[in-house]
Amino acid sequence: MKKMQLSYKYINLMITILLFFALFGVGSALYTGFFSPQVLLNMLIDNAFLIITAIGMTFVLIIGGIDLSVGSLIALVCMFSAYLLEMQHLSPWIVIPAMLLMGVVFGLIQGSFIHFFNIQPFIVTLAGMFLARGLCYVISIDTIMITDPFYLLAATYRIPLPFDSFISISVVIALVLVLAALYLINYTQFGRNMYAMGGNAQSALLMGLPVGKTKVLVYGLNGFCSALSGIVFSFYMLSGYGLHAVGLELDAIASAVIGGTPLTGGVGFITGTFFGVLIQGVIQTIIMFQGTLSSWWTKIAVAFLLCLFIVLQRIVIARKERSKSIA
Amino acid sequence: MMEKITTLWNKFTSSKLCWPLAALCCVLLFNLFFTKDFFAIEIKDGHFYGVSIDVLNRATPLMVLAIGMTLVIATKGIDISVGSVIAISGAVVASLIGGKMEFVDGVQTFVTLMPMPLAILVALLISTLLGMWNGLLVSKVGIQPIVATLILMVAGRGIAQLITQGQIITIYYKPFQFIGTGFLLGFPFGLFIVAAVFALTLYAVRKTAIGMFIEAIGINAVASKFAGIDVNKYIFSVYAFSGLCAGIAGLIICSNVSSADGNNAGLFIEMDAILAVSIGGNSLDGGRFSIVGSLIGALVIQSITTTIYALGVPPEITLVVKSVVVIIICLLQSATFRKIVFAKKAEKGGMIDEKNAAQL
Amino acid sequence: MDGNNSLLQAKGIYKIFPGVKALTNVDFELKPGEIHCLMGENGAGKSTLIKVLTGVEILDGGDIFLDGKSIRPRSPHDAQGLGISTVYQEVNLCPNLSVAENIFIGREPLRFGRINWKEINNRSRLLLAKMNLNIDVTQALERYSVAVQQMVAIARSLDISAKVLILDEPTSSLDAKEVGQLFDLLRKLKAEGMGIVFITHFIEQVYAISDRITILRNGELVGCYETAALPRVQLIAKMIGKAFEGFEKSYKKGEERDTPDDRNVFLQASGVGHKGSINPFDLTINKGEVLGLVGLLGSGRTEVARTIFGIDTADSGEIVIKGKIVYLNTPVDAIAHGLAYCSENRKTEGIIDALTVRENLVVALQAKLGWRKYINKKEQEKITNKYIKLLDIKTSGPEQLIKNLSGGNQQKVLLARWLLTEPDLLILDEPTRGIDIGAKVEIQRLILSLAAGGMSVVFISSELDESVRCSNRMVVLRDREKIAEISGAEIDEKYIMQTIAGV
Repeated sequence: MKKMQLSYKYINLMITILLFFALFGVGSALYTGFFSPQVLLNMLIDNAFLIITAIGMTFVLIIGGIDLSVGSLIALVCMFSAYLLEMQHLSPWIVIPAMLLMGVVFGLIQGSFIHFFNIQPFIVTLAGMFLARGLCYVISIDTIMITDPFYLLAATYRIPLPFDSFISISVVIALVLVLAALYLINYTQFGRNMYAMGGNAQSALLMGLPVGKTKVLVYGLNGFCSALSGIVFSFYMLSGYGLHAVGLELDAIASAVIGGTPLTGGVGFITGTFFGVLIQGVIQTIIMFQGTLSSWWTKIAVAFLLCLFIVLQRIVIARKERSKSIA
Repeated sequence: MMEKITTLWNKFTSSKLCWPLAALCCVLLFNLFFTKDFFAIEIKDGHFYGVSIDVLNRATPLMVLAIGMTLVIATKGIDISVGSVIAISGAVVASLIGGKMEFVDGVQTFVTLMPMPLAILVALLISTLLGMWNGLLVSKVGIQPIVATLILMVAGRGIAQLITQGQIITIYYKPFQFIGTGFLLGFPFGLFIVAAVFALTLYAVRKTAIGMFIEAIGINAVASKFAGIDVNKYIFSVYAFSGLCAGIAGLIICSNVSSADGNNAGLFIEMDAILAVSIGGNSLDGGRFSIVGSLIGALVIQSITTTIYALGVPPEITLVVKSVVVIIICLLQSATFRKIVFAKKAEKGGMIDEKNAAQL
Repeated sequence: MDGNNSLLQAKGIYKIFPGVKALTNVDFELKPGEIHCLMGENGAGKSTLIKVLTGVEILDGGDIFLDGKSIRPRSPHDAQGLGISTVYQEVNLCPNLSVAENIFIGREPLRFGRINWKEINNRSRLLLAKMNLNIDVTQALERYSVAVQQMVAIARSLDISAKVLILDEPTSSLDAKEVGQLFDLLRKLKAEGMGIVFITHFIEQVYAISDRITILRNGELVGCYETAALPRVQLIAKMIGKAFEGFEKSYKKGEERDTPDDRNVFLQASGVGHKGSINPFDLTINKGEVLGLVGLLGSGRTEVARTIFGIDTADSGEIVIKGKIVYLNTPVDAIAHGLAYCSENRKTEGIIDALTVRENLVVALQAKLGWRKYINKKEQEKITNKYIKLLDIKTSGPEQLIKNLSGGNQQKVLLARWLLTEPDLLILDEPTRGIDIGAKVEIQRLILSLAAGGMSVVFISSELDESVRCSNRMVVLRDREKIAEISGAEIDEKYIMQTIAGV
């Protein structure tokens, strides 16, 4: 009973990949100097942090939840790192693991509230969003510049690649995470349980899967990704600032949704999220090359794309529901 | 005698406004003892003046916002785009009034690019349209409210920036400044705006069937639909109304600082609004609502903010305090939490995890 | 019933939910190598019994024995571990995962710490091949028909080595060929010594596959019978026949019933259907008549009501009311044309539980009037008190929250809600389900008096004697299709049961 037509979720993924190449093509056609390997790699360099946090968001979306606190957590990690490095003169070897741990704990706490007390994810993570942002301001209202040599190295080091191009350490981190994520969701029971829960939580429970434990751990994992993203972001910005990464949660959600991960759960593509981030990168680059448009247009374009993909997904779901026979 | 007091106490505690009023009393009592001159009111420049008057004044945009947010939350929804709509509303009115200064008969006067009432009307119209956009996404397209309004929340700041072309527009036009800083009959003009919005809304929800329909939809949308209520229409309307309220709040805020700042106007105010509604005794799960409760909640929040300033505590801590308070309120509203903490544990077993499974 | 040969045995099972006695002193016995059908209408207690046997619910009284040993399953996982597997009507698998993964999730074979997909796919293929099913196991489950999905669910259960297999309404979405395939598999499993409990409402299938039948009704055991020794009509009689001994005689004798009068037609539906729920049907409803819709569970009675009332938009045919074509696409449309619908799912589709009796009562009328014409509170109280008296609703007053009323009284409030709108046609879907006898009688009397006053009533009930007592005409449905209309002297329980049974 092989059905030859592709299921809609793979169609979404293909549209995203094609869209990326199409946009890259448009940019190359319109602007000289666009079509170069470095321009492409710059998209990765500039958005490495987004790739990392979008992957974490993908996990949360797969189980059918949502996390609005990622941007604020990134800002908190930046600020706290800057504070510990500059004011307390701690070594990066202490600061970085500490930040990762903080992210995990933050996520686990949110996950626990969501699961054990049955509070809706959006309100818990909305409160988490403001809590993290507030803690950021408590540490310092003003910007703290990071002057630690390790961070400076991480920020400026160029890993040479053929054709006179280069990438940063952050990109390597991001790509390693992509591979790790792919392994996690395809080859571990934890990953498969995530999909099962997202597909039908009731069934997963009846089949004896550890739904509660998985839920809490996924939020913890997302906390880890946000913290890692925060560290990479601090390499990029070399500062801690209260208004870093405002609205980044939308970018993360948009990357995942555009990449084929619907908000309803049960489906998720790490590759898709990766391309979702790249699409944002290419839009950013086009606007930059254009020169006169304000960078705010990127945010508006992303919001518009997100809206479009959600509407498309809803239409597909509505069609599926109608053709299903009601027992 | 004791019986009378007990029954009065029971009536008080079972009244829906009990907890918000209690919270307000706590904050005011605290201020009575710890804040200098909190309740001192004197008459200066022909109007009332004092810390408490200041609290009232600063609370007005939040109060207007809370009115709109109450109705949205009552339908089991949420609107986190209000901050961005505030920014857009300010940006629109500032651009239309402009920051021009001219000389008339050798005297420096400030002019407006278009009649102020018209500029205000356009700003409010655009805010309402943005609210309708949210309403459409939630009711017709069926997107979860948090995501639908998140889209506008982020895109909205960008739009505001585009309108102001990245600058902060200062408004020199004096009549406009009256909205946020003027006084009428001794009281801040903003209070009258709040009163007007409150009166109209109260009339709409209690003297017509709208209130009953909204509550019914928030409790059981399916049963409401089967009973003949046009659910989509009302959901669409509450978001449009929330947009309008955000527009009004935006005008007050813009007038208060005589400028439109696309980045900072209304920043994080959505948290305050949600908090005000929760403190007001309204469940974030929708259903029964009390606008008066939300207004009291708004006052509580503004009092806390002012207290924190007055005590010399770094104001940045307010965000932290607010998020903690929201979590505490959510916990108290969570039946599971109440069961665990207050009641004896029921015999474990069976499918009590069903509900948790559904809540991802 | 001797316990020596039993595989699974339940004795004296009691299960009580707040306000409802779901199971009262129910016995059930399953032998190895037997296919045992469990039957009964909605609310009879079948699902509850299964839930108790499989650990979804904890029993309040009684014992369960497996292979002679006492067991107390506390969760589905528990029950599975003991060897009792259930395949539900909704197929409790994850539609987004592949077929193979659904069979192995939660117990995936690992190789060097990572999931061994090759083994999962191969073993799944073998399992399904044994069931005569050769499909691509790497495709997502949702790509396959419900029939295949059920087979996959069964395969999962078998691989976890089940002794007892419970199938809850497995054939509702299957066509004849698929049913045949399923039955072949069941016979094979039976021959291997497995005990199978089979819940269904399809009479033909019961006679085709089962060895014994246990019938439940209103939470009580009616009896356990050898299939070969129980004629169809008797089976139906035991499920839905005469409920109340010593009840009042029928209000209308057969001869007294009116025959349909063409000049008095209120609503005429021609070829109206909704894809996936009800095949196109013709229906005529006259003024002042009570039309009974009868049939077994799943026959499509509620679907007929939902399509007429606009909850499901009809995708074929047309509806004519009082001579004019109307489009009833939403409940708002239907109500505007004088229809009213009292749903059978009181809790989820009827009451607005956190609102008061008063608000629940006036909401439909208020919705009909629109938001501007608000019925002021005093007027609302007056109306509510009037109906509390009229229908004898037991409540502390108009301000009591409706969720604190008993089921019967909640039903009365819902009835009052619709009566208040003064409809021309009132559709009642199982209005007497789950309420006490006294209230049942009152509601039936009310229906008759409404009709006498000129209102049309469509009355859906699983209790045949109720329908017979109240209806002027009856429409019989089976398997989502209208199969007969009965009126006048033909209205007789026995004849109707024969029509339903198809003999």
